[in-house]
Amino acid sequence: MSIIAETDPGEFLEGLKAIGAGLGYGLAAIGPGIGIGIVVGNAISAMARQPESAGTVRTTMFLGIAFTEALALIGFVVFILLLP
Amino acid sequence: MSILALDFPPVSHLFEWPDIFFDDTIFAINKTVLIYFAALILTAGLFFFGSRNKGLVPSGLQHVAEGGIEFVEESVVMQTIGPEGKKFLPFLTTLFFFIFFSNIFEVIPFVQFPANSRMAVPILLAMMVWVIYNVVGIQSQGFVKYVVGSIFPPGVPKALYILVAPIEFFSVFIIRPLSLAIRLWANMVAGHLLLVTFAVLSATLWSSTYIGAALPFTALVLFTGFEAFVAALQAFIFTILTAVYIGGALHPEH
Repeated sequence: MSIIAETDPGEFLEGLKAIGAGLGYGLAAIGPGIGIGIVVGNAISAMARQPESAGTVRTTMFLGIAFTEALALIGFVVFILLLP
Repeated sequence: MSILALDFPPVSHLFEWPDIFFDDTIFAINKTVLIYFAALILTAGLFFFGSRNKGLVPSGLQHVAEGGIEFVEESVVMQTIGPEGKKFLPFLTTLFFFIFFSNIFEVIPFVQFPANSRMAVPILLAMMVWVIYNVVGIQSQGFVKYVVGSIFPPGVPKALYILVAPIEFFSVFIIRPLSLAIRLWANMVAGHLLLVTFAVLSATLWSSTYIGAALPFTALVLFTGFEAFVAALQAFIFTILTAVYIGGALHPEH
């Protein structure tokens, strides 16, 4: 506690902001990472089962990725906004 | 001794450019605006010169223009809206090529700045898309039917509408354009930051150890290729989401 007491409060706040930004982006990336994995994995198995429908599956897969990815990108925006 | 004396530039220095012409007026032109002009000229020039000497057997630029139109028609319009979406083909093709050209400057040497990593134009494009899909929905279904149809999705238990209606309202009329713009912008910012990080790392390691720069430089080259792919992919995703929204406004869910 003595270290915190000696630090300049502004500097301390900056450090907390940096930690928050890093942690926030890291946490925001977990869910979409798993989600994109599920989307792409299932799209690949669908393409392997029915190669003739690969075109439709690929389009839908990109759509699914785009929707899932949005959450990670919002985390990234918060990261940029919080950067000291 | 600190070998890694990395001084990473502040994020604002990577994205804010000084004005080149007409300083301090609202018509000020900087690097971002110049890239948008280049993208505009490239898009217009591609289709103008591609359609000038029309031949039955396409050659040269006509190949590129026809290939682009066919790509948007086959993999965007037909997959999402269907045959009656053909009238949106010119708009979607222009959107795709404009976004693609303004993104691809991210990997072009000596320019290396994705213009869409500034929020102004992505949010403007998203607002344009918002106006278009709402107008299309109101025209094809009528105002009341369109709004009610988008806020109250069919097939939901009646009691749940208390929860579903506000969520749907926010997601259709507010989150959609915002996420469309943020997706394009944040992807370009992330790509630019990634390339800058590896470039700074390569330069620092080159000036201190020479051999140490090999690994980050290889990564830089690979990521440059990856970012070229991302530039095309984001243009494609923006276009296809626009088409999905227009298609959703044209055909109500049953």
